[in-house]
Amino acid sequence: MIDRDQVLHVARLARLRLTDAEVEAMTGELSTILDHIEKIGELDLDDVAPTSHVVALENVLRADEPRPSLPRDVALSQAPDSDGVGFRVPSPGA
Amino acid sequence: MSTADSFAAVFGSRPNGPTRPVEHTAAELVAAVRAGTLSPAEIWAEYAALAADDDLNAYLWRAETDPGADPAAPLAGVPVAVKDLFCTEGVPSAAASRILEGYLPPYTATVVQRLLDAGAPMLAKTNMDEFAMGSSNENSAFGPVANPWDRTRVPGGSSGGSAAAVAAGLAPWAIGTDTGGSIRQPAALCGIVGLKPTYGTVSRYGMIAFASSLDQAGPLTRDVTDAALALRHMVGRDVCDSTSTGHPEEIALPTAERLDGLRFGVPPELTGDGVEPGVRAVFEATLARIEELGGTVTEVSLPHSGHAISAYYVLAPAEASANLARFDGVRYGRRADGDGDLLSLYEQTREEGFGPEVKRRIMLGTYALSSGYYDAYYGRAQRVRTKIAEDFKAAFEQVDAIVTPTSPTVAFALGERTADPLAMYLSDVLTVPMSLAGIPAISIPGGLAGGLPVGIQLAGPAFAENRVLDVAHALEQAIDFRAEAAAHG
Amino acid sequence: MAETAYEPVIGLEIHVQLKTRTKMFCGCALSFGEEPNTRTCPVCLGLPGTLPVVNAQAVQFGLEIGLALGCELAPRSIFHRKNYFYPDLPKGYQVSQYDIPLARDGRLGEVRIHRVHLEEDAAKLVHAGASGRIHSAEASDVDFNRGGTPLVEIVSEPDLRDAASAAEWLRLLRATLRRLGVSDVNMEEGSLRCDANVSLRPAGSDTLGVKTELKNMNSFRFIERGIDAEIARQEAILRAGGRIEQETLHYDVRSGAISSLRSKEEAHDYRYLPEPDLVPVVPTAEMVERARAAIPELPADRAARFTDQLGLAEGQARLLAFRTEVGDFFEAALAAGDGAVAAPALANWTCNELLAALGEGADPAESKVTPAALAALVRMVAAKEVSSSAGKEVLAKLVADGGEPAAIVAEAGLGRADEGELAAIVERAMADQADAVAKVRAGNEKAIGAIIGAIMRETKGRADGGEVQRLIRERL
Repeated sequence: MIDRDQVLHVARLARLRLTDAEVEAMTGELSTILDHIEKIGELDLDDVAPTSHVVALENVLRADEPRPSLPRDVALSQAPDSDGVGFRVPSPGA
Repeated sequence: MSTADSFAAVFGSRPNGPTRPVEHTAAELVAAVRAGTLSPAEIWAEYAALAADDDLNAYLWRAETDPGADPAAPLAGVPVAVKDLFCTEGVPSAAASRILEGYLPPYTATVVQRLLDAGAPMLAKTNMDEFAMGSSNENSAFGPVANPWDRTRVPGGSSGGSAAAVAAGLAPWAIGTDTGGSIRQPAALCGIVGLKPTYGTVSRYGMIAFASSLDQAGPLTRDVTDAALALRHMVGRDVCDSTSTGHPEEIALPTAERLDGLRFGVPPELTGDGVEPGVRAVFEATLARIEELGGTVTEVSLPHSGHAISAYYVLAPAEASANLARFDGVRYGRRADGDGDLLSLYEQTREEGFGPEVKRRIMLGTYALSSGYYDAYYGRAQRVRTKIAEDFKAAFEQVDAIVTPTSPTVAFALGERTADPLAMYLSDVLTVPMSLAGIPAISIPGGLAGGLPVGIQLAGPAFAENRVLDVAHALEQAIDFRAEAAAHG
Repeated sequence: MAETAYEPVIGLEIHVQLKTRTKMFCGCALSFGEEPNTRTCPVCLGLPGTLPVVNAQAVQFGLEIGLALGCELAPRSIFHRKNYFYPDLPKGYQVSQYDIPLARDGRLGEVRIHRVHLEEDAAKLVHAGASGRIHSAEASDVDFNRGGTPLVEIVSEPDLRDAASAAEWLRLLRATLRRLGVSDVNMEEGSLRCDANVSLRPAGSDTLGVKTELKNMNSFRFIERGIDAEIARQEAILRAGGRIEQETLHYDVRSGAISSLRSKEEAHDYRYLPEPDLVPVVPTAEMVERARAAIPELPADRAARFTDQLGLAEGQARLLAFRTEVGDFFEAALAAGDGAVAAPALANWTCNELLAALGEGADPAESKVTPAALAALVRMVAAKEVSSSAGKEVLAKLVADGGEPAAIVAEAGLGRADEGELAAIVERAMADQADAVAKVRAGNEKAIGAIIGAIMRETKGRADGGEVQRLIRERL
C-alpha cells in the first residue's frame, strides 16, 4: 500500500539516500506497518478534537532580557568543516 | 568482582543485610553515608571498578575520576548512570547513533544537572536503542546489550543499557527516557523498577528529542523507594522547557504497606490474548496479592487502547522526522564525504549516519506528514490520542490505579524480532496508552516466568505520582521479588 | 478584433524584523553587524536537546501590529513547524505559525490584510567562492547571528492592481510600522523584506489567474519595477496563447530580467505539524490593552486628520503623516503659533522650504530651527511684514544659526519695504528703464521683468513681487 515511487519521493523529502536494497525492504516494511496503522481509519472521530498540546499550559513567555551567547570557538567546536569564522557547506546553487 | 557476582549481589539473598556498597539500594547508601559507615569515595571506588568490568555492553562511556561528591548533599554522592540520550557537557552524547559519534555537547541536560547538584554524580553513559527508537537495545550503533538474567536475551529498550546496568549491579541507579515504554519495558525485562512520570513534570531540556509530546525522563532503580528518591530530585519547572509544568506536590518516599480501600482497574483490552501464559500467571498472582492487601480489583474498560499502537506509530515517527532533521552534517556530528554538492552532503550523511530503524521511522513520519496524508494519519492519530486520554480519565473516576502486565512477554532472544519491525513495535502495546495520555506509570517486578522477570505496571491519573509510588511500594513489599529471585538462583 | 485587456492582481507578503532585544526563542541579543557566529547559543544553533521559549516582547509587538492593521486577534494561536532542509535553517524546520495565526482579517488603507503571524528568521548564507558571485561560488559559510531573530509576517489580500500602488501601499505600511516603533523597517538592512504575488486575469473577470511569487527585491523602486516587469512577462505569455507556470521568481535589478528560483518539481512540501515544544498564545485582556495603549496615532489616521481638520492638501498631509518627525515638528509649530498661523501656510513652509533647506531625510527636531521660530516666520510672511523671498533668507539664517525671525529681520534689514518707500523706488526704476516701460506699454509683457528685477535688487528682495507689479502697472 505504499509503492516504490512513493518511497523514493519520501526518501527525497527526508534527505535519505537509500540503497536499492533498502528501498525494496522499506517498501515492504512500511506497507506492513501502514496496514496496521490503517486501523485508526475504522474509528468514528468526527466530533473529536485533536490533541495538539498535552500540557494545559498557555502563555509560557520569556522576558526580553539578553543572556550570554556562546563564545565563537565553542559554537564552532563541533563543526565538521569550519574556517574558524563560519560553518562551511557546499553552496546550494552549485 | 564480575558482573555475575554484582548481579547476584542485587538479587541474591542477604541473610545479614547489605555489607558491600553494591548490595545496598541507593536509599540505603544515602543512609549509610549519613550514618558514617560509608563514604562517597568508597561508593565511587566500588562502582567505578564494577563499571570497568561491564561485559553486558551496558556502558558507552565511563567517568575516569572520582568527582568528589559532598556527603552532606541530599543524594550523598550516590552515583547515577545516565542514558546516552542526555546531553552532558564535554562528555560524548551520541544517542547511540553513528551520526553523533564523538559529539561533545557544550551544556548539560537540566535533569542531569539537578541530580548532580543534589549530590548524584554521573558514573557512566548507558547504551540504548539509537535515538530511543526500539524495544530491545538491538538498534544501537555500538552493539546490543545483554540481559544479565540470560545473556542470550535482550534487556528491552530503548533504555536497555540503563536497565541492565541497574539489574547487574553496575550502577546503584540510572536514568532513562520513556516515549512509548522505554523505561518501563526494559525495567520489566530486567526485573527492576522503572517509572515514567506525568508528562511535563521533568524537564526535557538537554534530552535529545525523539517524540517531543511523549518523551519523559525517569528513574530505573532496584526498588520503589529509590525511584521516589530519584524522582524527587528530577521534577521541577524549567524555564528552558516551555512544556515543563513541574509537580504540584513534593514527591514523598513511600510508606504504604497495605492497599485497603483502594480500587484497582484491569482493562480487558490490555490483558487479553497478546499476553503470554507465563506473564499472565504472574499477573493473576499479583491481582490476588492486591486483594490480600485489602484492595479491590475490577474490570475497567479502556475502549480505544487497542488503537494506541497505531496512533503512536504515526505521532512518534512524525515528530521524530522533524526532530531528526537537524542531523544534517552542517554544524556537528558526522558529515559524509559525498559528491561535493549540498544535496549529497545531506543525503549521504543521513544515509550513513542513521541505523535502519531510525530510517524506517523517519520515513514513516515524513510520509504521515506529507502533502495529502496529514488528515488521514497525523490528524486522525491526534484524535485517537484524545479518546485514549478520555478513556483513562473516565476509568480513574471508578478506580484509583490501573494495573496491567508491563510487557506481553518476558525477555525475548537477541535477534528474534529484528526482522519483523511490526512484531517489535507490538512489544509496547501495554505501555503506549499511558504515554499517549501523559499519565504516570511504574513497572515493578512481579515474579518470574521460566526464570525470567515479569513486570507489573501500575498507572495513575496525571500528577498522582505519590499515590502510584505508595501503591507500588506496598505491592513490592508483599511480592518480595528478591526472595523469589534468590530462591531461583 | 480588440485585444483582451488584462488586469493585474497583486498581493504582498512582508517580513518585518522586530526591534526586540533578544531573539524569538532564545536569549541571544540581536546582532547588528557583529562578527559571524558570536551571537549564538545551543538553542539558535539547533543543537541536540535544545528547546525554544517564546519572547514575550515579540508577542506584544505582534499584537500591536495586528491591532494597528485593524485585525481580529486570535483568542488562541499556536506555533507550527515548517519543515525543509537548507543550511541557514539549523533545526531543519522553521518555527512559525500556520492555520491559527496571531491575527487575521484587517485592513490598511485600500488593502485588506489576510493574516499577521510570528516566526523566526533564518541564518545567513555567505558565499565564499573566489569571485563571490552567487552561481560561481563553490562553498558557502553559514553565520547564525541572524538566525532566530523575531519576524512578523504580514500577508495582504490580492487587492492591489498595479505596481505603483503596490509600492505606495508598502510605503504606508512601512510608515505605520515605523510609527509603531516595532521595527527599523529598513529595506537595505533587511529589517523589511517584501515578496510580491502577481497574476493576471481578463479585465472584468473575478476568478484569479495562476500567480507567481517574486522575491528578493530590496527597495521600493525595485519592487515597482519588478512587478511591472512580471506583469509584462505574464501578459506576453498570455497573449501568445501560453500558460503561466506557478513558480518562484527572482527579479534582476540590473538587467531587468526575471528568472526562476525554484521549479515546480522542487516545490516544497512543508509537512506542517503543530509545534509540540511550545504552548498556545492566549492574549489576555491585559496583554491586549497594553498593546492597544502602545499604539500612537498612525500615519493613515494622522493624514486624514490633517486633510479633514486642518485643511491640508493630500500630498502634504501624506508627507507630514508618513514622516513622523516632520509631522511632529509641524504640529509643534502649529501649536506654538497659537492660532496666529494658518495650517496650510505652515504646511507649505514645512514641506517645501524647510525640508529643502535642511536637506533630504533630515529630522527638523535636530536642526537649529525651533517650531516656534518657524511659526513666527510664517506668520510674518502671511502678514506681509516680510516678503516670501526675504522669508527664505531668514529661514536660511535660522537653519545656520538658530534664533528668532523678528530679530533676524530687524538686524539684517529684511523687513518689507513700506508703501511710500517702495513707490519711490518703483518710479525711479521706471524712469531708469524707460525703454522697458515703452515695450510693456506696446504690449511686450516680458519686458516688465527687467523693471521688476531692478527693483528687487535695489530692495534686496524685501519687496513683495506681487506688490511691485501692482505699483508698476498703476504707473504705466
